[in-house]
Amino acid sequence: MAYAAGVDVGSTQTKAIIINEAREIVGRALIDTGANVVLAAENAYDEALRNSAIQEEEVEYVIGTGYGRYRVTFGNAQVTEISCHARGASHMFPNTKTVLDMGGQDTKAIRVSPNGEVLDFCMNDKCAAGTGRFLGAAAAALDIPLSELGTVAMQSERPVKISTTCTVFAESEVLSWLGKGKKIEDILWGVHLSIASRSVGLLRRVGIEEELTFTGGVTKNPGVIKALEQAIGFKLNISDDSHYIGALGAALFAFDHIVSSRAPSSAKEVA
Amino acid sequence: MTEDKKVDIVGRGNVEGANLFREWFAELTDAAKNNQGAAYVFVMGSMAELLKTFDFPLVFPEITALQTAVRRVADEYLTVAEDYGYSPDICGYVKADIGVHLREREHPMGKIPKPSLTVLTNACNTYVKWAEIWERMYGIPVFVLDIPATRQAGGQFQPGSSDFARDCKYVEAQIRELITLCENITGKKFDIDRLRETLAYANDMNIGWKRVLELNKSKPSLFNALTDGTAYLGVSNNFRGTKEGSQYFKNLVEEMEYKAARGIGTQTEEKYRLAFVGVPCYPIFRRFSEMFTQWGGAFVHSTYLNFASGGANMGFEYDVNRPIESLAEGALINIRDAMDSMFHHDRMIIKMVKDYELDGVIYHPIKSCRTVSTGLADGRRAMMAATDTPSLFIESDMMDKRVVSEAQMKNRADAFFEGLASRRLTAAKTAS
Repeated sequence: MAYAAGVDVGSTQTKAIIINEAREIVGRALIDTGANVVLAAENAYDEALRNSAIQEEEVEYVIGTGYGRYRVTFGNAQVTEISCHARGASHMFPNTKTVLDMGGQDTKAIRVSPNGEVLDFCMNDKCAAGTGRFLGAAAAALDIPLSELGTVAMQSERPVKISTTCTVFAESEVLSWLGKGKKIEDILWGVHLSIASRSVGLLRRVGIEEELTFTGGVTKNPGVIKALEQAIGFKLNISDDSHYIGALGAALFAFDHIVSSRAPSSAKEVA
Repeated sequence: MTEDKKVDIVGRGNVEGANLFREWFAELTDAAKNNQGAAYVFVMGSMAELLKTFDFPLVFPEITALQTAVRRVADEYLTVAEDYGYSPDICGYVKADIGVHLREREHPMGKIPKPSLTVLTNACNTYVKWAEIWERMYGIPVFVLDIPATRQAGGQFQPGSSDFARDCKYVEAQIRELITLCENITGKKFDIDRLRETLAYANDMNIGWKRVLELNKSKPSLFNALTDGTAYLGVSNNFRGTKEGSQYFKNLVEEMEYKAARGIGTQTEEKYRLAFVGVPCYPIFRRFSEMFTQWGGAFVHSTYLNFASGGANMGFEYDVNRPIESLAEGALINIRDAMDSMFHHDRMIIKMVKDYELDGVIYHPIKSCRTVSTGLADGRRAMMAATDTPSLFIESDMMDKRVVSEAQMKNRADAFFEGLASRRLTAAKTAS
């Protein structure tokens, strides 16, 4: 049995996935990236190995992805997270035509082919507006755990309109709404609507087509999912492993390499 | 041809271009020391052919500004202008130039002379506002050459029609006013034979530039349109209508023909042929290009090589027997085309996809230039609707490193090439 691994080193969290020959996930790990990117990649990979109960020697190929992909020092190759999210999303949800990846630092809208190839993509500008950091800033300003943000927000009845797109200024805007006596849930739902609006703007640039698969760390937030679904008018594809889809895509590319290296030379030329 | 000849000719355009560029700055520095007034002009419609006949040193503020970025000191000049009160959101060229003036025209490549006048066209929305700053600083005349019938997406009146003749008359009348203004400023009588001479040199340059661009259809491509091409553009502007400029482009054509005949390209292996739309990212000029060349991407053409040449890409030839009338025709045709290259790039790119056998198109919107950046999104959509050519939107700035996020840009470039590779692989599998 051969195994392949993908390690997705994001700005906030590092994910590792190990898959078997049937392209099934057999091990996974998720840790905070922290300041030492090399160590984060190693630790995530080690944890995924432990989680899968297989030995490192059994993993034939490892691909690094994410912003820290070149810091996956034990990896065999690197692929951008744009390609990896497209591939992983199409594998997990084969009818995927559009992918929205929302991470800590950036948001990506990707249009994919039936094979999971990237047809077009678009990312947020050079600031963190409309990304997980935007939610983090709001959570910090309101002193609410990030994990509870969406649930609290969905209790809103009269959301406020968050006008700033700047993550730094969002905090002061949130505080100004508090000063005006607005309810926390109304402010938070305003933040969620703001994020959804910016994400839909990115999606429109590449074209929104069903099915749309939502990936990245923000998939854990039910408020963002609800706000996005309201904005686009249909259900998103989400799974418990949506956070790992970038790493899964990397592992799938790694397995492609294993298969290609086993193929007869004439087939390799095409691959 | 001997091996020695090969060594001499390959890359000659870059070496000679760099030498001429230094020469130009040395002349500007001498003019500044001698308190000689310069004509401040712009790349889209410099009227260099006429101004040279009055011996004006020519200052191209767009070029002196971008040189601060290439030399990695733009931030110093931008900060001076912003500290003075200019907004971070306005044109980076303007701010760097204002920084130069606020520093007594000291520039990393020399000293810039004061202006005696400025000549501009309606090609860029910012030109006139920029010129008004110098007007207030130095009390100089601002001459605006109004080019009619622009922004018509190739639907302009063509030579032979009465409408075209009328437009030419309109431009010609303005040129005659400019001649009078130059005579008044310099105290020199206009010399029509000198104009014939500069027009003849400009003809050589126009013919050469057109040929150089055509030759890059070669496989492999002969020069990097983003880096080498920009160096050639510098000569095209600064030495327009001069003997040196004429000879430079003759030499450049010779170099390109030599390389074409021998299959000498810019890369070991040219994998993807690309076109670039917009203005280069000068703060990381080389590294920006390397984001693409490291994947085997070759920039074979660029809209910049058209609009920043002021329309010289058209290969327009002046009729030296009727110089003023022909100068008016040339200004009309060339500047209209330069503006089309900027505002209606979709038609040009669609044609380029076929003519240059493009694999991809790179769109580069920049934060501080609305003139160039506005319209890139819909131009890209039009191109994608008309051709099945992948494209990449990659945002930065032409001057301000504070808004150039290299890691994000590289990420996008890498993903773009992964997509191109995957697309090629799928095509190969389908074909086999």
